[in-house]
Amino acid sequence: MTDATVHQPSASASKHAHSLLAADARTRKRNAAERRFRMYGIAAISVGLIFLVILLFTIIRNGIPAFTQTYITVEVELPEAKLDKKGNRDIADLKKVSTFGYAPLIDNAIFTKVQELGIETPFEKPKKMRSLVSASAAAQLRYMVLENPALIGTTVEFEVLGSSRVDGYMKGRVTRDSVARDKNIDAEHFDIVDAMAQDGSLARIFNWAFITGADASESRPEQAGIGVSMIGSFFMMLVVLGLSLPLGVAASIYLEEFAPKNRLTDLIEVNISNLAAVPSIVFGILGLAVFIQFMHLPQSAPLVGGLVLTLMTLPTIIISTRASLKAVPPSIRDAALGIGASKMQSVFHHVLPLAAPGILTGTIIGLAQALGETAPLLLIGMVGYIASNVPDGIAGGFLDPNSSMPAQIYEWSKRADPAYYERAWGGIIVLLLFLMTMNIIAIILRRRFERRW
Amino acid sequence: MTMSWLTLIILALGVVGYFLGRQRAMASAGGDIRNLHSLPVYYGANVLFGTVIPSIVFIVVLSIALPSFVGSRVSGTVPESEIAEGSSLSLVLAEVKRVANGLDNAVRGGHMTEAMATDAGADPADVMDRLKDAGQIVTTQVTPEVLEAAQTYRSLYSGGKTFLTIGALIIAVAGFVFSYMRTNHEFRARNLVEKGILILLILAASVAIMTTIGIVLSLIFNTIEFFRLYPVTDFFFGLTWSPSFSGRGGSSELGIIPLIWGTLYISFIALLVAVPIGLFAAIYLSEYASAKVRAVAKPALEVLAGIPTIVYGLFALLTIGPMLMSVFGRDGLGWMSGASSVMTAGLVMGIMLIPFVSSLSDDIINSVPQAMRDGSLGLGATQSETIKQVVLPAALPGIVGAIILAASRAIGETMIVVMGAGAAARLNLNPFEAMTTITAKIVSQLTGDSDFASPEALVAFALGMTLFVITLGLNVLALHIVRKYREQYE
Repeated sequence: MTDATVHQPSASASKHAHSLLAADARTRKRNAAERRFRMYGIAAISVGLIFLVILLFTIIRNGIPAFTQTYITVEVELPEAKLDKKGNRDIADLKKVSTFGYAPLIDNAIFTKVQELGIETPFEKPKKMRSLVSASAAAQLRYMVLENPALIGTTVEFEVLGSSRVDGYMKGRVTRDSVARDKNIDAEHFDIVDAMAQDGSLARIFNWAFITGADASESRPEQAGIGVSMIGSFFMMLVVLGLSLPLGVAASIYLEEFAPKNRLTDLIEVNISNLAAVPSIVFGILGLAVFIQFMHLPQSAPLVGGLVLTLMTLPTIIISTRASLKAVPPSIRDAALGIGASKMQSVFHHVLPLAAPGILTGTIIGLAQALGETAPLLLIGMVGYIASNVPDGIAGGFLDPNSSMPAQIYEWSKRADPAYYERAWGGIIVLLLFLMTMNIIAIILRRRFERRW
Repeated sequence: MTMSWLTLIILALGVVGYFLGRQRAMASAGGDIRNLHSLPVYYGANVLFGTVIPSIVFIVVLSIALPSFVGSRVSGTVPESEIAEGSSLSLVLAEVKRVANGLDNAVRGGHMTEAMATDAGADPADVMDRLKDAGQIVTTQVTPEVLEAAQTYRSLYSGGKTFLTIGALIIAVAGFVFSYMRTNHEFRARNLVEKGILILLILAASVAIMTTIGIVLSLIFNTIEFFRLYPVTDFFFGLTWSPSFSGRGGSSELGIIPLIWGTLYISFIALLVAVPIGLFAAIYLSEYASAKVRAVAKPALEVLAGIPTIVYGLFALLTIGPMLMSVFGRDGLGWMSGASSVMTAGLVMGIMLIPFVSSLSDDIINSVPQAMRDGSLGLGATQSETIKQVVLPAALPGIVGAIILAASRAIGETMIVVMGAGAAARLNLNPFEAMTTITAKIVSQLTGDSDFASPEALVAFALGMTLFVITLGLNVLALHIVRKYREQYE
């Protein structure tokens, strides 16, 4: 009793403390820790997603301008006296007039336009207009005339590619202040640009040449396109697909269906999982030493690039193919064997077709990985090469020097003119669109054909 | 005859053989398929394989062996006196090959007649002029010895090519006749064809091994060549990296320590970013997130893993670098002197590795048995206490394995460091200073100049070897840990 009376006050106090309705200090602390821990997780995921958003936003914001280009529409006079002195429209004679003969025509045309529009400008000579147009414009005009000599003596409307400074000014990359010490263009040129833009004869239009065109020299970023390196990538992917799919499927069939459990198979398996983690640059060294140094295949050729990327993607394809072969239930094999098929027939007639969607998905993902790979290509000479010509023919596509999309992007990122950075980001958009398409196809294939037993 | 025509002819012969073999089998069975041992397809395939496979194997083996055979024969004819001071046999051989190729192209271009190209008594100066006319690059003065060696090289090579063509055709025809004659209704064609296919499958599976062997051999031979020109101890313990581009060895200092330091420093910063974010993301996704959140967040994070490294490289070079510059650069805190730095590359690489750490750890956390969580929760632990005191300790070995794999990725990563880390090899503690890595130096030593005889180029193979050994070691270790851990709960 005494005990009870002594403890009475404290009991009532602790009764209060242990109420199920109010949490005590320790519980509150533990709950706070719980909430904090949860927040860490949410924060980590948000940080990851924010990085993704920033990355995509940067790519799109910097890359979209590459898809438009500034063109100036002018009426170019093609005087017979300058272009065809003999007047007989003979192609051989016409070809003697070099681009130097055509450049003044464009200068004059723009100068006329400037005066027509009544733009005030300190420049008095037509030659000063040359900073406004790309160095390639004269060549394009010449090409057009050679294609159609009947144009000589007439005045044609011609879309002149604007120079990269003018393009940069229209896109906000170049400002009047930034050209203060630029020997290519003066701030006064931008007065002309502004006036012509208002008139509509100078405008940014969609830049097909970027998607289909060839790379250009260091000084003409306005002309550079990713088209030729896209062809290089395409031929490389043909090699990768043509080699890695049959090899990968054959290797997986052997390892999954036929291989006895022994030292050799163990070795192969360990090998494959290790190869999948070897840095890609090491495959580049392999390609350099074996394909170029030892086998004397041509440098910079998509064939060699394809071979290197094949070796690199083979482990990925083997791993995913084995997984999809394993997913085919043994009852299918047993049924085939039970009605008298040989082991080989059961695999090729029954297991392989059922595993095909999974194999295809894995192959597409492997190809996507190969398409974006750059490092090994640096070593076999696919960088530093200006991919300026479309390869002729199929053999040329495999053997002629070419670049590839990621190598082209790397090449642009190394050039000094910031106009090339815009091209590099634009190239990344093109590359990512390809990768996205391939991955979406893979996902659709998986959704559409995946079977669960 | 070119290689592609030869292959086409052999394939055509094989296809003809397929139909003939089928026909012969059916004829010998009296037109009744039930009298055949195997299905008619197998008789056709038997002839096809018998024709094509041996001759293709012959072509492949010979075309790999031919260059080295010719090379060794020609090197025997090059006199000692020709190997000048500071030069080596391989340099002279390269010169010989260049001249031989030049001769080929000159003949093809019509600048030289075939007789002139093979004439042993030709005047080297005249040949030189004609080669120059043909637009062929001839670096040094062609001596009579080199010219003679080049002519030997050409004649051996074209002889080898003829031998290859004729041999391959003979083998194809012989295979065709042999397998065609064997075809009759009792012949066990299916067994033979299936054995053939099995051998092909085994060959395909061994491509993986051959790749590894190829990597190891190409690294080892060139590394040995490098160590012949440059002392091993200076390479592994040298504290300066300053290759000279003009001189042949001697003046270059090729110590790997600054590169290893740069590699490890950048990887460390990358892991500092990737491990906490990746790990907490994995914990949240596997323990807290609802199915809906998981279905969105997990693939979204994995998009980061599917983005090519060139994109991250450009992001480092053009976005993160200038951004860091504006905070820590001359206008800000003044710690940074250029946009490329350890921090730039490390941060971006960390972003790249987040999904790598998170999806591996996610798998591992998910494979901790539910019973362990239930036991802990049943004793009154909160969810975070359960994770911290039960799940994580149980998953620790696997997570360590995942982190090691991520580290090996970081060490082998190339594009981000080539574009974001700079080119100067430094031993420095300041993370805002530009440093360089093993992979970046492999790229810079091997691009451009393709002369594989100087220590400045060969060092790339020694660097590659070091990189290969380090990453292979880490991978083997990580796979071992992960496998051990998986077995524990299976």
